[in-house]
Amino acid sequence: MRRGSVKGRTLLLALFVAGLAGLLGYVMVNSGPLARFPVTVQEVGVGSVSPALFGIGVVEARAVHRVGASSTGRLERLHVQTGDLVAAGQLLGEISPVDLDDRIEAQRSAVKRLESLASAAGARVEETAARKKYAEAQSTRYDNLLKSNAVSVEAADAKRQERQVTAAAWTSARSDAEAARSELARAKAELDGMQARREDLRVFSPVDGLVAARDAEPGDVVAAGQAFLQVADLAELRVSARFDQSGAAGLQAGLPAEIVLRSRPGEVFAGRVLRVEPMADSVTEETSAKIVFDHLPDSAPPLGELAEVTVRLPASPEGPVIPDAALRIYEGRLGVWTMDDGSVSFKQVSAGRRDLDGRIRVLEGLEPGERVVVYSARALKPGSRVKVTEGLTR
Amino acid sequence: MISLAGRDILHGWGKFVLTSVGLGLLIGVTLTMGGVYRGMVDDAKVLLDNSGADLWIVQKDTLGPYAEPSSIYDDLLRSVLASPGVESAANVTYLTTQVRRGREDTRVMVAGIDPHDPAAPGRPGYLTAGRHISRGHYEAVADEASGFRLGDEIRIRRNLYRVVGITKRMVSSGGDPMVFIPLKDAQEAQFMKDNDAILQQRRRTEANPAFNRPGAPGVLEGVIASQSANPYVNSVLARVHPGTDPELAASHIRRWLRLEVYTREQMEDIMLGKLIATSSKQIAMLLVILAVVSAAIVAFIIYTLTLGKIREIAVLKLIGTRNRTIIGMILQQALALGVLGFAIGEISATFWGPAFPKYVLLEPRDAFTGFVSVMVMCAFASLIAIRVAVGVDPAEAIG
Repeated sequence: MRRGSVKGRTLLLALFVAGLAGLLGYVMVNSGPLARFPVTVQEVGVGSVSPALFGIGVVEARAVHRVGASSTGRLERLHVQTGDLVAAGQLLGEISPVDLDDRIEAQRSAVKRLESLASAAGARVEETAARKKYAEAQSTRYDNLLKSNAVSVEAADAKRQERQVTAAAWTSARSDAEAARSELARAKAELDGMQARREDLRVFSPVDGLVAARDAEPGDVVAAGQAFLQVADLAELRVSARFDQSGAAGLQAGLPAEIVLRSRPGEVFAGRVLRVEPMADSVTEETSAKIVFDHLPDSAPPLGELAEVTVRLPASPEGPVIPDAALRIYEGRLGVWTMDDGSVSFKQVSAGRRDLDGRIRVLEGLEPGERVVVYSARALKPGSRVKVTEGLTR
Repeated sequence: MISLAGRDILHGWGKFVLTSVGLGLLIGVTLTMGGVYRGMVDDAKVLLDNSGADLWIVQKDTLGPYAEPSSIYDDLLRSVLASPGVESAANVTYLTTQVRRGREDTRVMVAGIDPHDPAAPGRPGYLTAGRHISRGHYEAVADEASGFRLGDEIRIRRNLYRVVGITKRMVSSGGDPMVFIPLKDAQEAQFMKDNDAILQQRRRTEANPAFNRPGAPGVLEGVIASQSANPYVNSVLARVHPGTDPELAASHIRRWLRLEVYTREQMEDIMLGKLIATSSKQIAMLLVILAVVSAAIVAFIIYTLTLGKIREIAVLKLIGTRNRTIIGMILQQALALGVLGFAIGEISATFWGPAFPKYVLLEPRDAFTGFVSVMVMCAFASLIAIRVAVGVDPAEAIG
């Protein structure tokens, strides 16, 4: 090298310096404050935005019946297991009657005895009635004979007294019979009551449904009113979903919804809003709504499973639409950066609703066809040196 | 006419170029170290800039939410919104955590933001791809430094979040990339324990006779429900009306809501003066030492370069070259070396800067200061060399 001509060396050195200068220039232009940073630009489109609400909720049954006995006792038998399907009126379990059956038997005997007593009392009424009738006839006859002095006064008095005695005996027998009937009715009513109590120890399903929980086992003593089975009415499985209040305007019954169960993330079930709950949660600031499935899933999801619900709201009227990434804040104002002749300027806009794909309907401040900055590698300022590219990431 | 310096450089141009490359790399390292320091400071500031807030409202007597943990009730937002001068406000949570990305995990700062209001403070100010969060749950916007791409799924605690937007330069004060998720999910993520812990907690609560008394049904359920709710956030970010003094709004909130409020300036003091104070001083210390060492090396190189030519200088003197010409030659060479070295340093720093895991900010101001100092240092170093050269005896040329 050292042997090379001066000219050659000058050339090489000049090349080195020129290359270095070029590189430095390149570096200066492409980094630092002089560098233009890339942005993407899009024309404001025209369209309508179909906002949607996104909420999460849990699967629940329309009603869960807590089934139990109304009297305290030992649980003797439980005929169903958790997960069994039951029909309305089906026997689910029985509480031990202890001595109730024996007492019913005793009562039944008592009723029988009282029935006999009542019929005996009835016979006596008939007997005394016959005696009374005969005594009355005799007394009348003797009175007539006394008028014609055919019998003595004494004999007539005796017949009259006999008539009074038989009349009293008849009244007494009638009262006895009445008392026996009442006693019988009381005993029968008591028997009915005992049988009803006996029947109440047997627990039946109030609805067609699924045994969702079994909280006691045979042998357990259950208190009066304690529910030991839960029967879920599966006729209407639904999702109790919660939506953030700030975006829940327009949520109403009848709107179509999409339900995704946590256990089946790829599957979308169609449904609709059954009702919006009149009571909102003021602590979590959420509105609740009940969403029903249009068609029940083939295998019912467990109650309490988490579900994601998307409710489609009616589309907004047509107008300028921009991607939400174009919406920026500059000096505390909401707006967009419009691109005009290679320079950017801020334009305040008023934004309407947004759909789940991030499209925003602009209410004011922007006309269709204007070019707005969508993506940028840093925050924009008036006079920012920008370079329009197709995309900012690989 | 060709200058004496140019002739001399051409004479030993290989040596000159190699020396300038070596010098340049050294300057490049110094500039990079300066960039690392600036980047560290910028990371702290950019977090404040990106949040777009004028006021940070945090727990009383804390330096939250970045420098200290802070926890306040989320419904305080309403009271803040009702304070005079406040235009908009939003709840935020911050949680620095490791999240899984494929087979490896990345350290990120998860920020919980209001997903509905496009003007809410705390949201990412700009995107480079995708869209903002539009669902109230299970969506995320990630900084591109986190390595996530559109459509990826991030697992944070129990839930999976789909990346719907990508942003850039949204980092925590420690330089960790940020991931934005909806506030409610973030509150849950911050608080939610794993399933096992929840079950154990339920069991403990059940075992506590105070909560699970026979004859008082419903108490246990109520206690468990209250244990699994999180009505707290780390901070409320507020923006004041244009033209309002943030300090005025802040003093009102301090006085009547009895919360700690920091304005942008105070927050910057906390970030720079407290949070990254020691680490930035550490880097600054290293930078100073590196600058001094570089200056010394530059001086030595120029000095030895001149000493190596002492014989030629003696010849020049012998043939009657004026001292001015010799001084000019040495000075010009030193400055040329400085210019080339600086250019190489600047270029190399710019090229390897982005390869650093954390942000390296090469400011033109620093580059200018660097250039001036290199020139001054070269001139100063050449002065010593000039003294030797001027004092050389022409007789040395003939030995």
